Amino acid sequence: MPDTVTVRVNGRAVTVPAGATVAVAILAAGAISRFSVTGHPRAPFCGMGTCFECRSEINGQPHRRGCQILCEPGMNIQSDG
Amino acid sequence: MDSSTHSHFDVVVVGAGPAGIAAAVTASDCGATVGLIDDNPTAGGQIWRGEAHKTERSAATPWFERLVRSSVKKIHGARAFYVDDGMLAAEIADGTRTIAYRELILATGARELFLPFPGWTLPNVFGAGGLQALMKSGLPVAGKRILIAGTGPLLLAVAAYARKCGADVLGICEQTTMRKMMRFAAGAAAIPSKVADTIRLAWALRGIPHWTNSWPLAALGNERVERVRIVRDGEGHEIKCDYLACGFHLIPNVELARLAGCQIEDGFVEVDAWQQTSVPRIYCVGEPTSIGGVEMAVVEGRIAGCAAAGHREKARPLLRAREKYARFARELKDAFALRHELKAIAEPDTLLCRCEDVPLERARAFGSWRAAKLQTRCGMGPCQGRVCGSAAEFLFGWGTDSVRPPVFPVECASLASITSMGSSTGSSTGELI
Repeated sequence: MPDTVTVRVNGRAVTVPAGATVAVAILAAGAISRFSVTGHPRAPFCGMGTCFECRSEINGQPHRRGCQILCEPGMNIQSDG
Repeated sequence: MDSSTHSHFDVVVVGAGPAGIAAAVTASDCGATVGLIDDNPTAGGQIWRGEAHKTERSAATPWFERLVRSSVKKIHGARAFYVDDGMLAAEIADGTRTIAYRELILATGARELFLPFPGWTLPNVFGAGGLQALMKSGLPVAGKRILIAGTGPLLLAVAAYARKCGADVLGICEQTTMRKMMRFAAGAAAIPSKVADTIRLAWALRGIPHWTNSWPLAALGNERVERVRIVRDGEGHEIKCDYLACGFHLIPNVELARLAGCQIEDGFVEVDAWQQTSVPRIYCVGEPTSIGGVEMAVVEGRIAGCAAAGHREKARPLLRAREKYARFARELKDAFALRHELKAIAEPDTLLCRCEDVPLERARAFGSWRAAKLQTRCGMGPCQGRVCGSAAEFLFGWGTDSVRPPVFPVECASLASITSMGSSTGSSTGELI
């Protein structure tokens, strides 16, 4: 198994350790996951599937919890910024 | 999301942390067919996250080896959202799965208690266990300046792990007092494995400041956290950092047990000597019955695994061990009980509900959880109040114990799958629609 995996976060290639979650890729990209309902930036927070702050669009599927999904090569992650 | 699959097991275990793995493997060894379902991409839960792929051996290793050797059917990435009368429904990546059980073991673990304070919603403010989970999931932290705050032994473990990953751990703000910490450490000395853990931790943490009587007042920064204001022995300090990891110990995940109708007492699931809940054939193990740590979770899992597979006599030798850990659980609770000053760290305009951006004062004005939900949408977002509801219980003393299906937000197709499930089992799910 390769040691790293490369995904795209908002169109930009990001390389993370193999086994990393989408939440990790979003943080490694220096991105946020979403803007809150009143427009404030939010990023992964609880890390264990509870708070839903890390939700983003993964391979076209909206509202996926990034902390519960592993990065796969070429995965396309679209967040709010 | 249109596929729906169905399966049947003698014993279904929800949650593949230490308690769930121990329960599943034990029940399987007793001859039962076992399904182990878990929300995470791999087994281990929070405390054993990533342990299955480690080369160095640990307390988790023998359990992972037994799990691999066993005939337990592992279903990962499956979020259980409904339970009724011998049937469980879970959402998976490409559909739903309904799973029939003869006996059900709930090992749903705990989450962190988060308390609001100014700036707690800024990017790079994490839970303490939250940062731990993200580091174990591959987050690089080398060279990052990390401040750790909140309460409980978890803070020490997070600090040690962050340092091992190359982070610059600036300090640990522990809200309890030094006296309580010392009394707790003396009590833990009754359990040999805890003594070994403590010695290892003390060595791993050498040189990192550990402040008792200390808690965060505000996280400051523009786009992300840049500084944290803390109080330490009554004096304010400001610390520059890249990450703040803050959690106020653990609260049990009892939503599924509640939905199943299990008796809950003081926030925890009531169980008998065999870990059976008030609902026959439904067992509960690990943190949902009491916050007692990994050793207690494993013992409880083994007891329930034997009992659910119809071999109570095999569980009998384990009962005494559980009692020893129960004492530890009580000491843990006393040592890290939250001080009342923490009720005052949020400002009126600090957000209580992160999902719906409801300020604390707006929610508080309605006087009860139900009224605040109805009038402000507090707790009505995707986390279903798991974060703000638990905070409101501590801050305002509100009861937030209502639960209704689905216990996690799911797609419409998943809801449709449980309505057909209801008709097949003859139970009423009509209230859902």
